[in-house]
Amino acid sequence: MMKNEMKLSMDAISENEALGRICIATFLTRLHPTLEELEDVKTAVSEAITNAIIHGTPADGKVYITCRCEKDIFHVEIEDHGVGIADIQKAMEPLYTTKPEQERSGMGFAFMEAFMDELKVWSQPGKGTTIIMEKAIGFARLED
Amino acid sequence: MEETGIFEIRENCLLVHMPEEVDHHTTKSIRRLADHYLLDNRVQQIVFDFADTMFMDSSGIGLLSGRNAKITCFGGRTIVINANTRIRKLLQIAGLQDQVCIMDEI
Repeated sequence: MMKNEMKLSMDAISENEALGRICIATFLTRLHPTLEELEDVKTAVSEAITNAIIHGTPADGKVYITCRCEKDIFHVEIEDHGVGIADIQKAMEPLYTTKPEQERSGMGFAFMEAFMDELKVWSQPGKGTTIIMEKAIGFARLED
Repeated sequence: MEETGIFEIRENCLLVHMPEEVDHHTTKSIRRLADHYLLDNRVQQIVFDFADTMFMDSSGIGLLSGRNAKITCFGGRTIVINANTRIRKLLQIAGLQDQVCIMDEI
């Protein structure tokens, strides 16, 4: 299987954090990831989905996920139509959080960066945020 | 269904059995209940038992560092037990391994 795509649209409620990462993990298993790669992707997407739910407070109440794989590259986009991020660089600093009262650790972006090969953030205040991540999956390469 | 850790008080120690999946959703109620026990019982140690935990994200880091900040105010300490290599790695990336005591078991 060289190419595959999945699109998900789900309500932006915390119960769906687990649903989102389980769907993505299931999609990823087709690439025969190692257990560590699977855990890396699950953690990174869990951070992005949680961000969309907590910080996005989406006007339409949804989180949109698109996953793609092409050869051994796994690509995922997590999009919300919420408040957006005014200063992306600041938001990505480790330990920075706008929600200390909710005890967000401020490690979300740091974990996404640590566990994925590529991380891009697109955001516009009032429009929403899209987090784009990529990771090369090892075993798929070996099988080619 | 609300998934929560199960709390146990043993002498001056609060033992928290962490759920299978530790994320933003499951940590909300654990945080609320843990703080309730911390204030009511003046516990000196809080022990997070990760024996059943298969998944954790940065919400678990927030939960641990928040409880640790509170208990150290009373001169207490935080202990993490039965953490698998994955959880240990997350604690290390977040710089928590120097703030909490990581043990195999109590």
